[in-house]
Amino acid sequence: MWRYVLTRLLQGAAVIFLVATAAFLILRLTPGSPVDVMVGEADVTPQQVAAIKHLWGFDRPWYVQYATWLANMARGDFGESVIRTGVPVGTMLAQAAPVTITLNAAAFALSVAIAVPVGIVAGVRRYTAFDYIGTVGATLGVALPSFWISLMAIILFAVKLRWLPPFGLQSWTGYVLPVAVLATEQAAVITRMMRGSVAAVLHQDYVRTGRAKGLAESRVVLRHAVRNALLPVVTVLGYRMAFLLSGTIIVETVFALPGVGRLLTDSVYHLDYQVVQVIALVLAVIVVAANIATDLIYAFVDPRIRVG
Amino acid sequence: MRSLEHPLEGARPAAPAPGRPALEPRRRSEAARAWRRFVRYRPGVAGLAVVVAIGLVAVFANVLAPYSPLAINPGMRGAPPTAAHPLGFDHIGRDILSRLIYGSRVAILVALLATAIAVTIGVAIGTVAGYAGGRVDAVLSRITDALMAFPILVLLIALVAVVGPSLANVILVIGASVWASYARVVRAEVLSLREQEFVIAARAVGATDRRVIWRHLVPNVIGPVIVLATLSVGNIIILEAALSFLGLGVRPPTPDWGGMLADGRGYITIYPQIVIAPGVMIAATVLAFNLLGDGLRDALDPRHID
Repeated sequence: MWRYVLTRLLQGAAVIFLVATAAFLILRLTPGSPVDVMVGEADVTPQQVAAIKHLWGFDRPWYVQYATWLANMARGDFGESVIRTGVPVGTMLAQAAPVTITLNAAAFALSVAIAVPVGIVAGVRRYTAFDYIGTVGATLGVALPSFWISLMAIILFAVKLRWLPPFGLQSWTGYVLPVAVLATEQAAVITRMMRGSVAAVLHQDYVRTGRAKGLAESRVVLRHAVRNALLPVVTVLGYRMAFLLSGTIIVETVFALPGVGRLLTDSVYHLDYQVVQVIALVLAVIVVAANIATDLIYAFVDPRIRVG
Repeated sequence: MRSLEHPLEGARPAAPAPGRPALEPRRRSEAARAWRRFVRYRPGVAGLAVVVAIGLVAVFANVLAPYSPLAINPGMRGAPPTAAHPLGFDHIGRDILSRLIYGSRVAILVALLATAIAVTIGVAIGTVAGYAGGRVDAVLSRITDALMAFPILVLLIALVAVVGPSLANVILVIGASVWASYARVVRAEVLSLREQEFVIAARAVGATDRRVIWRHLVPNVIGPVIVLATLSVGNIIILEAALSFLGLGVRPPTPDWGGMLADGRGYITIYPQIVIAPGVMIAATVLAFNLLGDGLRDALDPRHID
């Protein structure tokens, strides 16, 4: 078991190192240095540009910059934005993170609360009207792009009904639509998985045994079938982290919420590559950590995994 | 069981008998049987019909569109539909229907070319990883894992930030970012194919690695790759639209569904009707490709039926 834990942690470290290297390359490959972008059309002498480059370390060899960068990231020192001079990137992230965390946590909880029961009922009562409606809803939820669902939600609830604000975060009501949109996409995927998983488990011998020895159907389903059916779904929930974060970027941009996703797109518009680089790295680390945690939890719960 | 997450669990093409290419009559009957299985799944047939229809619209956009997608009708900003302009006008007075029709070109072009790039990279990396094994496999698999773990939209945004937004760059960036799932599927297929008698036999009689890969491995992974490609096209269309929506995709004034949504977003409180039609087109196209993929999976893998 500990060998497995160690292997997964080392693999995770390797993945994060690869991502960090890629993130560093992103800044290196940008046409023109960030200093050129910062200076822009301003009237500066070449000496001044050289001085600025020296200050930021852009005149040093790439491997020195690379090593420095890796060391800084590892220490959690994200540096200061070159474009929005003087603002530490860590501060920007710290200000944006609570919005994104609230958004994702609420959407995650809501989607699980909806999708797990719906998926169970659809899986047990397959090919009934309920299953049919659930499946069509889930298929649409997967096909409809979240930015369009967002726009439709704004038209209905903000423009026509005037129940909720269309953009911004003046009060908690600003969270309602974004959370609902983010949860819709997530719930669609979880419902489909839960249905398939329950349907597969119901064919198992132990379910037949349970029925044969006269257990109530509700007990067979809830105690024996659902417990086992949840296992693969819980695992995939961990892997969904990456998708949830992608959805956040869209939703935060549509609803103008000051979260990490919005910070990312804003930084791209401002050509603030340093912030882009740090956000990409931080999000990747979160995803890799979530995946490893999922694997380990799974391995603890289900001893068969460790053998593989 | 129809699970979106693992469309290819255990998928294997209804391939001809391994070894030498099967005789012609047998191959035809395999195809005929696959077609019969495909036709049985009605939503898949509907998906195929819609995909063909959208493809035709894209090809004949210049014939079908009633107006130029760029022509501005003065005084018609955000105007509601009229008999001559059934979908109304956008925020600067252009005909929405014509822009919608031309927009299908960008969607289909990006979907096809980006998929082609992703399939090429993914099949190459997956085949090499599965066939070579050992350290090569370990390194390639870690890179694949890293890519799979990454929030894809974050990666696309970062890459577009570097190379700049344009049609060609969007295609390249998406193609270069979504190959991981192909590599994973192909690697798994090759790992199991490698141990089968016909491959061992081919190597025993002295076939070169190159011949084994091209004659025996690649033809046998095409089935799962086609299914995965079809199921992934919808995703690529959404990614392309998302990039355009964020202002990082195809440059205006090129008509593009995601871009039309972005235009409409700014005017949503005044002209809410602008954003409806492009979203319907994106959803219909994505849904059609997903259903087609479901049908193909059932047709090409008889075991994958619930």
